[in-house]
Parts: sequence; structure tokens; C-alpha cells
Amino acid sequence: MSDASKSNALRADLRADKRKRRRARADMRFKWYGLTALGLAMLFLVFFFVDIISKGLPAFQQAEILVQVSYSESVKSNYNRAVDKRYRKLISRSWLRTIPMQLEEHPDMIGTTAEQWVLADYRVDQFLKGHEGHKLKKKYQKLVRQLQEEGKVRLAFNSGFFSNGDSKLPENAGILASAVGSVLVLLLTMLFAVPVGVMTAIYLEEFAPDNRFTQLIEVNINNLAAIPSILYGLLGLAIFINFMGVPRSSALAGGLTLALMTLPIIIIATRAALRAVPESIREAAYGLGASSLQTVWHHVLPLAMPGILTGSIIGLAQAMGETAPLLIVGMMAYIPEAPHSILAATTVLPAQVYTWSGESIRAFEERTAAGIMVLLAVLLSLNALAIRLRNRSEQTW
Amino acid sequence: MPEHTLKRFEDELTSLKEKILAMGGLVEKAVRRSMKSVLQVDTSKAQKVIDRDRAINALEVEIDEMTRSMLALRQPAAGDLRLIIATIKIVTDLERSGDLAEGIAEAVLQSEENPLTHTSTIETLADLVIRQVKDALDAFARSDLDAALKCIERDKKVNKLYKAMQRENLTYMLEDPRQITAGLLASTIGKNLERIGDHAVNIAEMVIYMVKGHDVRHVDHKTAAAILSGELDED
Amino acid sequence: MATDMKNKLTIRGLKLWYGDFEALHGIDLDILAGKVTAFIGPSGCGKSTFLRCLNRMNDRIAGCRVEGDVLLEGNDIYAPDVDVVQLRTHIGMVFQKPNPFPKSIYENIAYAPRIHGMVQDGPDMDELVETALRKASIWDEVKDKLQQPGTALSGGQQQRLCIARTIAVQPDVILMDEPCSALDPIATAKIEELMDELKQEYTIVIVTHNMQQAARASDYTAYFYLGDLIEYGETSQIFTAPSNQRTEDYITGRFG
Repeated sequence: MSDASKSNALRADLRADKRKRRRARADMRFKWYGLTALGLAMLFLVFFFVDIISKGLPAFQQAEILVQVSYSESVKSNYNRAVDKRYRKLISRSWLRTIPMQLEEHPDMIGTTAEQWVLADYRVDQFLKGHEGHKLKKKYQKLVRQLQEEGKVRLAFNSGFFSNGDSKLPENAGILASAVGSVLVLLLTMLFAVPVGVMTAIYLEEFAPDNRFTQLIEVNINNLAAIPSILYGLLGLAIFINFMGVPRSSALAGGLTLALMTLPIIIIATRAALRAVPESIREAAYGLGASSLQTVWHHVLPLAMPGILTGSIIGLAQAMGETAPLLIVGMMAYIPEAPHSILAATTVLPAQVYTWSGESIRAFEERTAAGIMVLLAVLLSLNALAIRLRNRSEQTW
Repeated sequence: MPEHTLKRFEDELTSLKEKILAMGGLVEKAVRRSMKSVLQVDTSKAQKVIDRDRAINALEVEIDEMTRSMLALRQPAAGDLRLIIATIKIVTDLERSGDLAEGIAEAVLQSEENPLTHTSTIETLADLVIRQVKDALDAFARSDLDAALKCIERDKKVNKLYKAMQRENLTYMLEDPRQITAGLLASTIGKNLERIGDHAVNIAEMVIYMVKGHDVRHVDHKTAAAILSGELDED
Repeated sequence: MATDMKNKLTIRGLKLWYGDFEALHGIDLDILAGKVTAFIGPSGCGKSTFLRCLNRMNDRIAGCRVEGDVLLEGNDIYAPDVDVVQLRTHIGMVFQKPNPFPKSIYENIAYAPRIHGMVQDGPDMDELVETALRKASIWDEVKDKLQQPGTALSGGQQQRLCIARTIAVQPDVILMDEPCSALDPIATAKIEELMDELKQEYTIVIVTHNMQQAARASDYTAYFYLGDLIEYGETSQIFTAPSNQRTEDYITGRFG
């Protein structure tokens, strides 16, 4: 009897009543809040990508015009004579400018004429792409339309974007100089920050006694990772340029400055990776009579390596996208030529993007977006590499 | 001694001790009663002893069961282990003592027509043996080494008296052949009493082992006392 | 003097501090050669700490200070000119959690002999690896997969691999810090059987929480309580008739 009533009471307790249903609804709402937040974040991301890609994609094509070019002797002194006066305004001055130099190099070309595809003026380019504010005069618009009908105008792949440095003429501006600068700066950052950071972390984690001094260092490293990056620029300016005399705007100055900024990140990541190596592995090695060097070098570092690499790559990726500290050390410069040494004036990709974004000519806008796309692609591949390394470390042992 | 952390084990140990003491009480009573049946030639008392022996046997089985399961389940060590080991041995001695008392009672039933003629020595012997049994049980109940030693010490007297009693008995039988039946009865009773005393000594020795962890069997009393006193000095 | 010859380790007046906290209050103990000695006692009694004094594993802990003598066959292992790293090749250690290196089974064994320059890689090393694995009774289980990771073995096999790894250095003493606490009863029994075989060649000291294990596997037992050595004696005596009441209470499960 009591068994039966107990069982009934249990059934009643298990049945969903008002209170339990309210609880279930609250759970449901909670889940939906999360989903909404996620959706919002996704929306922003999609908007950003759509905007950047739609703006940047056209930059990978560039207008060209088929014209009769006459390489006469007089062209050497006045390159404007190389093409028919009618078309002169349609053609990029940056290309015309190069003709005397070409003739200098190849004297046999003098006196010949050729019909060839040449780089069009940015106004023509913008007009063809249908962008507002192309500023092409009415009479040239008509001319371009006419040429278009004759098939003498085309949008070709913009190889110049990848092979040129910066230029005041948008149709001639490219990312080569800044990309080479970025690579140089990043290599230098890696060269300085990774060994110093990893060794610092090893010392702090494996050898340092736990006292006030090391605790102070630890707190400071954690704080350094969080301070605004522009301060590193000031630090770099003071130490490397003013005190050590590293040339301003050079890759060396930028690399050292970014290395300063990346150091705490690498130290923190490396320490975390070292700490993740089980203490039992160290004990095993010490228990077998391995020295500290052997223990760290043979057992701890190999296990921590994926974590160290991941942390370093993420630190470097951050350095790669950094602009503020480089602004201070003078790397926001107009660099039309790829740097030839680490002491030469250099700029980097994000700085280039920043420079372009400030240009008043409409045609630079699509180049800004295209620059961002290239930067994003590089950063995403770096992050992908970091993820791959992390996954590999989780698989192996 | 502090309580066992495992309450149930503590309870089991307590109940084991109680059962041994209960069994000891039954055995002591059986010996007393069998001797009463001898001296008062009371066959009903003798019959009672024989009937009650079943209870003693049942307790033996029950205690054996308990010790077996405690050994298997509790894995006792040190004092607990010695208590259980001692219990296993003591229970056998008690059961044998019960059987010997039953033997006395049976002899009384068989020789109803020829009761003992000379009882004084055998009565003294019985008193001594009963006190031995009591000492052994007290020693167990209170972990009392003195009582155990007293029990062992008393055995010498018992043996001496037993030998004297047998000699005396023999002279009676030689003097008067009509005394032979009673003499044989006296001999049986005396032998059983002496054996009960031996079992009491065994119990006392096991109590010493239980308390001190020293095996004092098969050494003479002096050596045993010396071993123990040496130990006692250390404490 | 004759009894001293049998001592592998002689400990006199060993005190240990963690900062200001005195964890061991002066331990005197002789560990006999060719025997298994078990340290038992409740958590925090100092038995593991004491074990780690015997191969100076405590040196790694900041703020840890040791006073007193630990003699390995008469040589003070805390003498200033003693090289700790070399000491640990004479007094090896097996830990609570099986901790094979994340390398192949072969490499686990070969690592220590290689760094100590005991043998060259090649046939000699192969032989040493096989001998160590055989002595640790795990050869038959792993001989076909020497190149597989040691971490892929079962817990019990891993622990025997760790024992083999210790044996490969040919130590005099093997310290075991609760070697079976992470293992099932079958694996535990195998390790206990192994200890019984190994004591022919090595002196073994084991810390265990499992009193039954101490009873089963050791020849001598030491009971520690709150940083003191309460009682030390033959295991059979300790487990049937301990002379100290505190030992008795602990062994019979009267934990107060």
C-alpha cells in the first residue's frame, strides 16, 4: 500500500508541472541568448568580409589600352610624344615615364613603332569599373566608349599590384615594397624575440627560485603583454633609434621594436607550454640521473615545442598586423622601392594599408581593401599553421 | 584502545569476544554440573550436561563461521589478528572441554549402581580444575596476564594431584576388588578433569599470545614468566 | 660492525624542513641490503618526503633543507662533493604515476644508459634493453613492439617499463613511491611479484598507502607518523605483534 503511494508520489514529482516547465523555458531562453550573440558576431564578420572583398576584388584587375607607340628619337626627351595626342590623357603617366629609360637600355628599339597594351590612367580604370567619382572628363568618356567598341580597351589581371611599390599614381601603386618590408621586419622580430623569449621562459619556469624578485619579474611580464602597443613604439624610438643609433624607418628598428612587443607574449605562451608538461616527466628524467640541461633539452622542450611554436606564431602574427609602434619609429613612409637591406627605409603591409586609406584619390580605396585582403590572407595562414601545430601536439603522445 | 574506524568490524570483534565468553560460561557450568552429578550421584544432572553439550557445539560452529568470514573480509592485523587466531584455537579447547565434561556425565550414567566410594581427592582435583577454567576465561575476558599465568601455574598442582589420585585409586582397587568398578569410574573422571585442565592451560597460553604476541606454548612456566616479565619491564 | 655490513643505507638523525616547517624530526633507520623495506603511515606522515631524501629528489624543492646523515654503504650522500646527478644513477626511483617518456619503448630503456655513456647504440644497447625488460618481466609482452610508444601500454605495463628503465642504469637501490596506487589488483600483484624477484639484486624501498601491500611485499616495515619513525621491524612482526600502540592502532585500522 505504502509502496504504491510512494510510487505515485514519485510519478507526481517527475511529471512536468508549472514550475518545472518554467525552469525548462528559462534553460531554452538561455540557450537562445547565446545563439543570438553568436549570430550577431557572425553577422558583423560576414558584413566585414563582404564589404572588404567587394571593394578589394576590382583592384586585382586593371584597365589597359591598345595604342600605337612610336619609339622615335624625340621621345627620349619628351615621352609624351610616344603616343597620339588624342590618347595621351588616357594613358598612365607612370608608364609613359618609363619609355626614355627603356630606350636607354634597348637602343635598337629607337625608330620602331608597335601597337601594344599599355596601362591606362586610373580615371579610365575607375570609369570602366563603373565607380562613382572617376573624374574622367566627358570628352574622354566618349573616347573610351569608342575604344571599347573597337575592342581597344580591356580589364586585365593587375600584376603591377604585386610587383610595384607604392606610388602617388593609384594605377601604379602595389604592395611589393611593403610586403618585402613586412617579411624583413617579421624575420628580425622572430630572430630576436623567439630565442630571448624562450630562454627567458625556460629560466623562469625550470630554474628560477620562487622569490620576490622572480615574482616581480613575472608580474611585470604579464603586465607588459597588456600595455598599449604604441608605448613599445616610444620605447623602441628611445632605445634603438635615439640611444643605439639604429636608422629611423629601417626594418631593423621596426623588427626590434616589434620583438620588444612580442617578447611577453612568447614568454607567457612558452611558460604555459612548459607548465603543461607533466611534472612526472621531469621526475622520471631526474630520477634516472639526467642533468637539468638533459631533462629540459631531451624531454621537456620536445613536449612543449608545439605549444611554444603556437604561441610564437600567434605573437608574430600579432606583430605582423601591428601599426601603432611602427608609426613612432617612422615606418609609415612612402616607399616606392622594395628595401635592399635591413637598414634601408622600409614600410610594412598594415602601414601601407593605412597610408592608402588616407589618400584622397578614389582609386586608392579599392587598393586599401585589396591590401587588407592580402594582410588577412597572410594572418589567416599563420593562424592555420598555429592550429595545425597544436592539433599535432595533441595527437602524438 | 581507540575505536575501530570501521564500526561494523568493531561490533564483530565485540560480539566475537562475547560469544567466546558465553561458550566458556557454558563449559564451566558443564564441568561443575558433571562433578555435581558425580558427587551427588544425580543422573538427571548428568543427563542435563549431555543435553547442554549441543549448545556448546552449536556455539563452536557459529564462532568458527564468524572467524572465517572476518579473516576473509576484514584482513585483520596485529592485535585483531591475534584475537581471531586465539579465538580459533580457544574455541577448539572449549569444545573439547565440553566433550570431556559430557564424558564424565556419561560415565556417571553408566555406573549409576556403583558410585564413587572415595571422593575427597577427586573433589579437590575438580575444584582446582574448575578454578583453572575460570582463570583462563577471566584472563581472556580482561586480557589479564596474571590470571593466565595463575592458570598455567595451577596446572602443576593439578598434575601432581591427578597422579596422587590415581595411585590412591589403585591402592583401593588392590585392597578390595569390589571397588574396581568405582575405581575405574574415578580413573575416567580424573583423567577427564586433568585433560580439561590442560585445555584451560592452552586457553591461557593463547590469551598470553593474544595480549603480548608471544608464543609461550611448550616452554616451561619459568621461561614463560621470564619472557613475559622481560616484556613487562619494557612497557 | 658485522651488522653494518648488511646495511645498504644508514640514516642517522635526519631532519627536514620545508621553509620553517619541520617535516621530519630526526629519523634513524638502517635499510638492509637485498631486502624490500616498506614505509607506511597516514598521509602527511613524511614517508614520501623521507623516501625522496634518499636520492635527494627533495633538492629540487625550493625552501627544502635537510640535516643529518644518509650513508650509502658508508658514504654520505649529502656530502658537499657528491654529484647529485651521479647519485641518482646509484639510487633509482619509480614514481606513483607510471611516467614513461613519450618515446618508444626501446628509447625509454636506452635513454639513461646512453646519457650516462654506459654503452654505445647498437647490439650492446639492444642487449641491455632486452636484459632490463626481461628483469622487469615485461619482455614477452613488448618484444614485438619495441618501437611503439611506451605510453600506449596499459598502466601496469607502463609501470613495469618504468622499473625496467630504472634497472637499465644498474642502480644499487630502487626507491618506489606508491608504485601501484594507480594500478588494478592484477597489475599490482605482478609488480609485487617483480619486487620479490628484484630483491635478489637490488635493495628496494617502497612507500605505500596500502598496508596489505606492505604486508605482502616487504621484508621490513617502518611506520611513520607526523614526521617521526614510530616503529621499524620485520614485517611479520609489525603485522602480527607491533610493539608500539600507535603502530597497532594504525595497522588494525583504528585511525581515531
